[in-house]
Amino acid sequence: MGYPQKSHPRETPVLSKHFGEGESRSLDGWKKRGGYKALELALQMTPAQIVDIVKASGLRGRGGAGFPTGVKWSFMKPGDGKPHYLLCNADESEPGTFKDREIMRWTPHALVEGCAIGAYAIGAETSFIYIRGEFQEPIDRMEAALKEAYAANILGKNAMGTGKTINVYVHKGAGAYICGEETALMESLEGKRGNPRIKPPFPAVSGAFGQPTTINNVETLVAVPHILVNGAEWYKAMCLSNPKSTGTKLFSVCGNISKPGNYEIVLGFPFKDFLYDLCGGPTAGRRFKAIIPGGASVPIQTVEEAEATLMDYEGFVAQGTMLGSGGVIVFDDTQSIPRQVARLTRFFAHESCGQCTQCREGTSWTTRILDRIVAGNGTYEDLDTLLEMAENMTGKTICVLSDSCAAPVVSGLQKFRHEFEALITGKRSSMVAGGSQTTAAGRKLTAGASA
Amino acid sequence: MSAHTESYAPVFVGKRKDELAALLTRYPTKMAGLLPALWMVQQDRGWVSEQAMTEVASVLELTPAYVKGVVSFYTMYHQHPVGRHFIQVCTTSPCLCNGADKVVNAFLEHTGCKELGITSADGKYTVIEVECLGACGFSTPVQINADTIENVTPDKVPVILAGLK
Repeated sequence: MGYPQKSHPRETPVLSKHFGEGESRSLDGWKKRGGYKALELALQMTPAQIVDIVKASGLRGRGGAGFPTGVKWSFMKPGDGKPHYLLCNADESEPGTFKDREIMRWTPHALVEGCAIGAYAIGAETSFIYIRGEFQEPIDRMEAALKEAYAANILGKNAMGTGKTINVYVHKGAGAYICGEETALMESLEGKRGNPRIKPPFPAVSGAFGQPTTINNVETLVAVPHILVNGAEWYKAMCLSNPKSTGTKLFSVCGNISKPGNYEIVLGFPFKDFLYDLCGGPTAGRRFKAIIPGGASVPIQTVEEAEATLMDYEGFVAQGTMLGSGGVIVFDDTQSIPRQVARLTRFFAHESCGQCTQCREGTSWTTRILDRIVAGNGTYEDLDTLLEMAENMTGKTICVLSDSCAAPVVSGLQKFRHEFEALITGKRSSMVAGGSQTTAAGRKLTAGASA
Repeated sequence: MSAHTESYAPVFVGKRKDELAALLTRYPTKMAGLLPALWMVQQDRGWVSEQAMTEVASVLELTPAYVKGVVSFYTMYHQHPVGRHFIQVCTTSPCLCNGADKVVNAFLEHTGCKELGITSADGKYTVIEVECLGACGFSTPVQINADTIENVTPDKVPVILAGLK
C-alpha cells in the first residue's frame, strides 16, 4: 500500500499489506497474519524443492539487477561440506529508494522468515542481514523480531523443532553507499573497507569469508514466504505485460509529486496511470519535467518516455532506462536538470571507493565541471568533455558505481541539452520557473565526522 | 603508534568485553567483529580516538593502521569529537528538489553553528549534510544522533531543537 498514503484500489498489496499496522511487528501479531506458516512448510521440503518453486514463480531480484532468484539459489550446492552463507542486502542507499526501510519497520518478521527459508534452501546455517548504519529504527525492529524468533525456537539450533540449525543475525553498516554492491557488502561484513571485489570468483563459489554465498535484497526475500504458501502459479499469474516479469513490486516515489510513498503494483502496470492516478500527479499548478524511475543509477526519462512505459524489467529498458531498485524520483518544471544532474554526480563522487581510476577521477571531475556549468561558467567544450569522460566511466571498472554516475550525465545531456546550453549562453532564467539556484550541497565540509 | 596512555580507559572491559566475545561467536573470523566493535566504542565514547583504534586492534588481533584504514572508509565513525547532538540533513536529489538546502540553513542559524561540520561554541551541536538517508518520500529527513525525523521544514527547526535534551 502507498504508505504513508492510503492504499489505492489499483494497488496489489502483498508485501506492503501491513505497513502502518503496529501490531504486525510482534510475533503474535505476525502469526495472526499468517506468519511462519511458510517456514513450517519449507522445513518439510527439501532445499531443491524450494528452489524449484521459486524458479517456477519467476521471482527476480528486487535490488536492481533483476536476476532470477531461483536460478541464483540453484548455484549453491547444499551438502558440499562447506559452510554456506545467506546475506540479506538491507543497505538501502540508492537515492529515491525507501521500500526496504518500511518492510523492516513494519513487518520485521516477514524478513526473518524470508531469510530463514532462503538460508535453508541454499544449505546455509547462518544468514546475516546487513543494514545500513543510518537505519537505527529498522535495526531495532529487526533485532526485536529476531529476539522473539529465537525465544520461540523458530530460529536457532533446533529451528521449529526440526533439528535444523538456522541462525539469522543483523550486521550494522557504518555509512557507505558502495556497501550495497554485493561484493563490497561481503568485504564490509568481513571487517574491511567496502571495496568491491573483482568477479569471478562469483559469490556462489567464493563469497563471504571465502565460502559459497548467496546475496538477496530485502524485498526479494520477503516475497518468498508468499510464494511457498500460495504457489508458484499464483505468483506467476501476477503479470500485466512481459511473462519474464512476474509478481508484485514496491515502487518508492519521491521528489516533486503530490503523494510520495511506497506503492505496490503488479509488474507491467502502466507508468502513466501510476504517476497520475496512484501518485496524484504533479503538485498544484506544476507539470512533470523528468523522471528517474529506478533509483539514481538509471538513465533519466522524459515525461513522454515515462508515459509510454510499462512498469517491468523489459518495459523500462524499452523506454531508455531501467527498473533498478524501483526508486522513482520525479522532477517538475521548477527544477533545473543540470543542477539536479550535478547533485547526483556529487553523490557518486562522495561514495566512490576510489579503487578504479575511471571512477575516482571521473566522478570527481564530472561533478566539478557540472558545478562550473551550473554556476554559469561553463563552455560548450565542457559538454563534450563530460560525454567523453562518461564513456571512459562506463563498463571499465570493477563495479558499476562509475557507470551509475555517467548515466544521468549522458541521459541528461541527450534529453535536456538545451538546459545545459542555456546555462552556457546565459539564458538560465528562460528554463527554470522559480526554483532556487543556491545549492546547499555545494558547501564545503570542513571537519567533523565526514570521510 | 600511539600506545595506551594513562588517561585512556579501555572500552572492552567487564560487560563490554563479554558483549564483544558473545558477538564474535557469530562470525568465523575475529576481523568480522571490527565494525560492531567500533560501534561499541562510538556508543560509549561519542567518537573513535586513535587510542581506541589501538585498543580495538589489539582486542581483534589487527594492526592499528589497519583499523584506522577501516574507520576512515566509513562516514559514520567520528574521528573527532562532535557536538552532543549530531545533526545530519539529507540534501541528495529528491530532498534537494523539496528544499533541503533551506533546512540546512535553518539548522545552521538556530544552532549557532557557523559552518557545516564545525561544532557550536557550547559543544551542543554539529550540523552536516548527509548523502541519501533512505527516506526520500519524507523529505527532508534529518537524523539527530540515532533518531530520524521525517518531513522537516525550516519552520519546524526551532521546535525540534527545543525538544533535544
